[in-house]
Amino acid sequence: MSKSSSLLAALAATVLTALPAVAAEVNVYTTREPGLAQPLFDAFTKETGITVNTIFMKEGLAERVAAEGANSPADLMMMVDFGNLADLADRGLTQPIESEALNQAVPESLRDPAGSWYALSARARVLYVSKDRVTDDKITYEDLADPKWKGKVCLRSGQHPYNTALIATVITKDGREAAKTWLEGVKANLARKPGGGDRDVAKDILAGLCDIGVGNSYYVGLMRSGSGGDEQKTWADAIEVVLPTFKDGKGTHVNVSGAALAKNAPNKDNAVKLMEFLVSEEAQEIYAKANFEYPVRAGVSPDPIIAELGQLTVDPTPVTDIVKNRKDASLLVDEVGFDN
Amino acid sequence: MTGKATRGPRPDGRSFRIGTGAGGPGPRARDTSGHLWMLASGVIVAGVLAPVGGLVYYAAKGSGDLWPHLAGTILPAALQTTLLLLAGVGLIVSAVGVGTAWLVAMYRFPGRRLFEWALLLPLAVPTYIVAYAYLDVLHPVGPVQTAIRGVLGLASPRDLWFPEIRSLPGAIVLLGFVLYPYVYLPARALFMMQSPALVEVARTLGSSRRRVFWRVALPLARPAVAVGASLALMEALNDIGASEFLGVRTLTVAIYSTWVTRSSIEGAAQIALVMLAFVVLLVTLERAARRRQRFVSRSSKTRTAVPETLSGLGGLAATAACALPIAVGFLVPASYLVHHAARRLLEHGLPNAFPGWVANTLGVSAGATVATILAGLVIAYTGRFARHRAARSLVRLSSLGYAVPGTVLAAGMLMPFAGLDNLIADTWRGLTGERVGLILSSTGIVLVLGYAIRFLAVSSGGIEAGLTKIPPSLDMAARTLGARPLRTVARIHVPLLRPAIAAAGLLVFVDCMKELPLTLMLRPFNFETLATTVYGEAARGTYEDGSIAALTIVIAGLAPVIFLARSSFRDAPKASRRSPASDDAVVEATAAPAV
Repeated sequence: MSKSSSLLAALAATVLTALPAVAAEVNVYTTREPGLAQPLFDAFTKETGITVNTIFMKEGLAERVAAEGANSPADLMMMVDFGNLADLADRGLTQPIESEALNQAVPESLRDPAGSWYALSARARVLYVSKDRVTDDKITYEDLADPKWKGKVCLRSGQHPYNTALIATVITKDGREAAKTWLEGVKANLARKPGGGDRDVAKDILAGLCDIGVGNSYYVGLMRSGSGGDEQKTWADAIEVVLPTFKDGKGTHVNVSGAALAKNAPNKDNAVKLMEFLVSEEAQEIYAKANFEYPVRAGVSPDPIIAELGQLTVDPTPVTDIVKNRKDASLLVDEVGFDN
Repeated sequence: MTGKATRGPRPDGRSFRIGTGAGGPGPRARDTSGHLWMLASGVIVAGVLAPVGGLVYYAAKGSGDLWPHLAGTILPAALQTTLLLLAGVGLIVSAVGVGTAWLVAMYRFPGRRLFEWALLLPLAVPTYIVAYAYLDVLHPVGPVQTAIRGVLGLASPRDLWFPEIRSLPGAIVLLGFVLYPYVYLPARALFMMQSPALVEVARTLGSSRRRVFWRVALPLARPAVAVGASLALMEALNDIGASEFLGVRTLTVAIYSTWVTRSSIEGAAQIALVMLAFVVLLVTLERAARRRQRFVSRSSKTRTAVPETLSGLGGLAATAACALPIAVGFLVPASYLVHHAARRLLEHGLPNAFPGWVANTLGVSAGATVATILAGLVIAYTGRFARHRAARSLVRLSSLGYAVPGTVLAAGMLMPFAGLDNLIADTWRGLTGERVGLILSSTGIVLVLGYAIRFLAVSSGGIEAGLTKIPPSLDMAARTLGARPLRTVARIHVPLLRPAIAAAGLLVFVDCMKELPLTLMLRPFNFETLATTVYGEAARGTYEDGSIAALTIVIAGLAPVIFLARSSFRDAPKASRRSPASDDAVVEATAAPAV
């Protein structure tokens, strides 16, 4: 064998072993940031030897899978927000999963009845209030429209999925007209134009720009733990967290992150394995400890920082109703000119 | 070459041709090669139009009652915000760009030689990073306001009034001071190239410098300013990141919420296409308005202007006027990044994945730059060789990619690219029975094509401009001496075009490195670039963790910017040392959106 032909053979061997079909793998399209999702995937690979390939995307995930069609390499689609997950199913991009492990771990209220998507973690939409300037500890979402908060309310864009899901819940409970009046009341109370992220609410409360705002529970964990830097600890120190209810007193609004199995998943078995792993105790611990989210699996407790916020009672509005009213919520935001 | 041309024996035995042999400069030869160029350009333009076609496909599916809803709710406000933003940014980029260019071109004052190139630095910083930086720096609990309160002895942030950066004026100022180099670069080159003789004539006729500026220099600079400003305005219009963070609700943000919150890509595509039509209309009107203006540049014969020395207060004022935009557009955000990156580096060292981010970023940007330059060459040569009216339309169409917001452009690319990818996969499976998957997208080719489509305007415009500086008489001379077209290109054009190609290439490269929305949506598995890393951290609110990657983007962008500035701005004491195409190449390389 000449030198060049042995070189060729070696090259061919390299190429062949590099072919993806050989390796056990699973392909994930995700809108969850790598910093959050990667530790979970690493743990999965360590346990099963299955490689997790990821593309972190922002918008366009559903469009990409739809355009790729039958040859799409996507196995799992991971997204936040009920609406986004339901949307995947509505567009026919998912296939139902039949898995005892998943059905046992994820409560019925946190998954699609047909098994098209499953929640993997939950977060509460809570109130951040100023430690110094606010003494009430029982506040409802509806109270945000109370004129006593005039010029004191801060939050991110009304069009953000976290907010439209909350507004959709109000629509479900009180009807569109009442929700509109409420939203107009909140707008009248705004201290600044809606914008930025949830953390900016805490920062603005520290700065005295506002006294009360809406934010997700896990940001409190990220700020208080100091994992985002010392600076953020001072923001979190300025706020007290209130777990609000709607005026019917039934519970706090919760949203989820979740996953769906792609209709044309080439590695279906591995994908289901990954999903089952994600609701295992080990992975749910990671969700709780690293991301400060609420585990969906019973028996796994949230991080102490989150547990300290108080006992979470989840508002029982059915997810399907929230999803149904999501578009109306978004239209309402435009109608009252909430972000203008 | 078969006997159609008249041949005659030459003393050395080789034959020579007279008249209309293939490759000769006769009309028939031009026709064939013209058609070839048209064909090649047609393919490229088809690629550029593909995403627009993708958007039309979505838009045609209908969007229900979107338009009545928009018209009755946010459209008036969004339209007003958008127009104010564009007017404000346009004003700032023009004033700062032209003003500083005039100063460094015509006067001598402390720091001038530094400012000449340093005024370009904001090009290296992506607008979304500038927005993050200022949000933090100017926040009531940020360093600036804290320091001011310290000096004034104020206890609470509430006691100090400070302009709100999260506002339309805030966005206008930030975007204006980051995007002004798009005007500065062409305006300065223009003042250097074209003004001296005219300025001196005007001066001898008794005009003051100020009057010369308003009556001679400014009208001369108008085409450059118009084109540079329209580039800056498209950037401003298409920006989502900075607007979102500054709470400015433009039409682009309306597209975004229609798409993301209401899951209506159809509606988003409709708004985007209406906006695209609007942009094309504006650019066409602007072109029509100055159609009758023609300025002939006799670059090879000009000298550099003899700058007038500004001393005392005048000099200080000029220094301050040039230092301010550099400070706002570059120094503040860059120092912010250095501060945070240094803290992270000291604590944790370089992230393990860092070399991978850099390699991915450089690799895909380099590949895209080569593709974009090649496509730009084809487009530019079509404009030169094919004398059809259609050729000019092709050239214009090739820059559409720049006029659509990146996120929307990426969405438009999904359908056609995935379609092509599926075609390849299915054909391969039909032939061999093997499943190969989506080759174009899994290898990153789609991403490279995406960048090329987006930034083709930058390269074709720059090369085209360089090409027009090469007089056709040179081609004729070369052909008369027996050189075939390709040889003419290789031996005559390429050497003369090198500065133009280099300038265009560097700008495309920097743009690719900063690019975010296409990268996020079109990339293959496990492919992190510097920009996606910054975004991944910013999206979860840990901006500071992205500071190392962000700083790397700025540093990597600095090298080309400085190189660009140095190589084309070097003050040649003797005119002969300057390559005739260089400054104008720079003019047009930035001022390229020939929509």
